[in-house]
Amino acid sequence: MTKQLYQMTIHELNKLLEDKKVSSGEIVESVFKRIESVEEKVHAYITLTYDLAMQHARDADGRILRKEAGFLTGIPLAIKDIICISGVKTTCGSKMLENFIPPYDATVIKKIKSQSAVFAGKTNMDEFAMGSSNETSFFGPARNPWDTERIPGGSSGGSAAAVAADECIASLGSDTGGSIRQPASHCGVVGLKPTYGRVSRFGLIAFASSLDQIGPVTKDVEDAAILLNCISGFDPMDSTSVNREVPDYTKALVKNAKGLTLGIPKEYFVEGLDPEVEKAVRDGIREIEKQGAKIKEISLPHTQYAVAVYYLIAPAEACSNLARYDGVKYGYRSDCKSNLREMYEITRSEGFGPEVKRRIMLGTYALSAGYYDAYYKKASQVRTLICRDFENAFKECDLVVTPTAPAPAYRVGEKISDPLSMYLDDIFTVPANLAGLPCISVPCGFNDKGLPMGLQGIGNLFEEEKVLRCAYCFEQNTDWHLRRPFKDAVSAC
Amino acid sequence: MEFETIIGLEVHAQMLTETKIFCGCSTEFGQKPNSLSCPVCLGMPGVLPVLNRKVVEHALKTAIATNCSINKYNRFARKNYFYPDLPKGYQISQFELPIAVDGFVDIEVKNKKILKRIGITRIHMEEDAGKLLHQLDGISSESSYVDYNRTGVPLMEIVSEPDMRSPEEAGEYLRILRSVLQYLDVCDGNMEQGSFRCDANVSLRPKGREELGTKVELKNMNSFRHVEKALEYEIQRQQDMLEEGETIVQETRLWDESGGVTFSMRSKEEAHDYRYFPDPDLVPIVIEDSWLQEIKGQLPELPKEKVERFIKQYGIPEYDAGILSSNRQIADYFEQCTGIYHKPKSISNWIMGDILRNLGDTREIDNFPVTPKHLAGMLELIDKGTISGKIAKTVFEEMFTSGKMPEEIIRKKGLVQMSDQNEIEKVIGEIIDRNAEAVEEYRQGKEKIFGFFVGLVMKATQGRANPKIVNEILRRKLAG
Ligand SMILES: [Zn+2]
Repeated sequence: MTKQLYQMTIHELNKLLEDKKVSSGEIVESVFKRIESVEEKVHAYITLTYDLAMQHARDADGRILRKEAGFLTGIPLAIKDIICISGVKTTCGSKMLENFIPPYDATVIKKIKSQSAVFAGKTNMDEFAMGSSNETSFFGPARNPWDTERIPGGSSGGSAAAVAADECIASLGSDTGGSIRQPASHCGVVGLKPTYGRVSRFGLIAFASSLDQIGPVTKDVEDAAILLNCISGFDPMDSTSVNREVPDYTKALVKNAKGLTLGIPKEYFVEGLDPEVEKAVRDGIREIEKQGAKIKEISLPHTQYAVAVYYLIAPAEACSNLARYDGVKYGYRSDCKSNLREMYEITRSEGFGPEVKRRIMLGTYALSAGYYDAYYKKASQVRTLICRDFENAFKECDLVVTPTAPAPAYRVGEKISDPLSMYLDDIFTVPANLAGLPCISVPCGFNDKGLPMGLQGIGNLFEEEKVLRCAYCFEQNTDWHLRRPFKDAVSAC
Repeated sequence: MEFETIIGLEVHAQMLTETKIFCGCSTEFGQKPNSLSCPVCLGMPGVLPVLNRKVVEHALKTAIATNCSINKYNRFARKNYFYPDLPKGYQISQFELPIAVDGFVDIEVKNKKILKRIGITRIHMEEDAGKLLHQLDGISSESSYVDYNRTGVPLMEIVSEPDMRSPEEAGEYLRILRSVLQYLDVCDGNMEQGSFRCDANVSLRPKGREELGTKVELKNMNSFRHVEKALEYEIQRQQDMLEEGETIVQETRLWDESGGVTFSMRSKEEAHDYRYFPDPDLVPIVIEDSWLQEIKGQLPELPKEKVERFIKQYGIPEYDAGILSSNRQIADYFEQCTGIYHKPKSISNWIMGDILRNLGDTREIDNFPVTPKHLAGMLELIDKGTISGKIAKTVFEEMFTSGKMPEEIIRKKGLVQMSDQNEIEKVIGEIIDRNAEAVEEYRQGKEKIFGFFVGLVMKATQGRANPKIVNEILRRKLAG
């Protein structure tokens, strides 16, 4: 059975486009046909932009004819609905921004546009990226393509589901506490969170500014490197982006792990870790070892505090970042006209969902007079200790390898009334955000229910090349990334 | 009981920059509402602030000029509160690590006889908020409107220690501080337009007691005069209350200019919890030594240094030097005059007299019709004896209204001094002939009426007669 266009990767399609075997228009048509057949079940998108995509495809085809094509030219991408595209509705999964159309492009969008990529649509997400299951989306959750009764993960669940279900070629997500890697793990795709400051945050609607980072969600590691090449780099519009040369990340992709030392933190293999996940990850580590890596047990002693620190710092920043949604300038405003205070209260009560409100309250509390020192300040200090853990670890290894999530995807509704157990799902992903480190999740197996599981590689600051290399070496020596859900749907197209 | 007044001041100075503190929008005054705004200063989703380097330089200049120590590592914080004129729901300001702390300025108190040092607690940078309009095109409306043109205009907050003991000291501190900012060219100091605003903290305590009384914050004072008036009112109010045995409530009060009273705006219980925390969108500001040196090199001569130099270089009294240096433009004007005319004290007299009187409160000497060239020209004519000092006043008025050069005014109006002996003798002869009686009285010893004769001569010559020659001839002729 030959592969359909929508099933292909960026690098496969790039060859076909350059050899004029297909046009971008044909790829877009193929992807949208696929969307038509599976989107109802997956609900990966909040907004589809078919007309815009066809227009972009025509531009791309023209560019290919003029031999001015880049790697992303003509490739249909899905963009998480937290990243602003000028003139396209950007909802952040919230009623608050249900009809918000930004008049500006995020810097990553500008960069992608400059290569004439195609935007297929805006993907579903937890409201304001607050959630690990996609269930907090105002527009209803995206579903896991491997089992649509299950969550795709979050908050970039729509992006991961769209990639896994072949509803786009690749996607951009954002990661604050695992929001790219955890859904990538649950959906059996590749998710990369770059070093904090590697990619501009301009135009990324802020959740927690000191943690947020945009990154690729792709079908394989090579595509992740291609997308990262495009979106990385210093941006004068983002003071926290770092002025540092961007290497060609595809050059880092070699099929062996010779000379790499993998650190295996004992704090990540503890009670609560699903036995099937543990086995898959340990098998994965053995595979990389076979390709030449050295394995070393290490310790990250402050790991146990990471979730607590994260759930103080992220909500603190969020309660301030979300103060701008007050009904005055844009977005939702309640009909109430009696007075200012009421307008604020009713607008925000009606515009935000329960998880967002919960985090605004948490953050407000953590910053309040009399509590600041005990909560926000203490959390910031412990954050420094977590950074130091990694600094020490990278003295003895090149990469830290762990499971991405403690268990495979759970059922929709299973944890929604128990936020604490949902928060604990982030236990393996938040430390890298707190320390600003680059990290990746690659598929490393399926459990007995056929649900994908992910292996996480964490690198030192700005060492995306090592992260990509290790992931690529693992991927190329396994075939987990080649499996796709909806077997019957594929043949039907 | 006798009370001691304790006053501390918080000044918000709008910094002179072309563009806003965190975006590229213009800071121009008086433009169409919301015409100077962009996604960044409107706080739209996903946008980020980028610091205007000029703002840091202005703050550094101020810090150096007010003897502060500079925090070489300082950072912005978010001050969180809701108000429609604040688009992000927080103001980007500085909190824990302001750019400068622990400075001072010296003021002169008690008729300029005593030098007093007023401490500066801190200087920090922040963004201004927008403006609410409750009327549109002069018509009141059920809705309110917001103008975001001011949003993101850079401000500097300068907080003093509670070192002032009277409204006069507070006024003097403000005048000195404003002149420093104007000298540095970091703020235009215009209180009426709001580019130099002041809040005051006032408390009273029984004389001799260490412990401070409850303080009240005063806001909404739009001129130096109103700051002093509001303080006077508030001190009296607190004193009356204390004498009645009442307790002062910690609160914020607004000055009502028309009523001449202060009234309560909010009490301490209603005060905001601003939930300050470091702004994660902006990296900490690191002041490199090389940058600081560069800024130091750009600092102009400050008022105090100028006063000392004027005394030494021009030999003018300290009093004159102080007044001339109180405003950078006036000091420049003085020095331009000295470049073309050789008697600094005469220049100083005229500036402190007729020029300052005609300048009014704005003190904008740059557009003054009497330029240094005019003034120097006129002073030379006095020296040459072409005009008298008295005529010079008329010439000055004419220069002020028409902007014409003194020579031209004198020629056209026939104001040239009459110094011809014969001509003056002729006029005096006629006067003596016509006033035989008075002449006789004078000769009898009533010398007091000498002035009467001078007056007659001046009247007859329309004030043009050279007073020295008039005196000489008159004395001779009257003596018989
Ligand atoms: Zn602006």
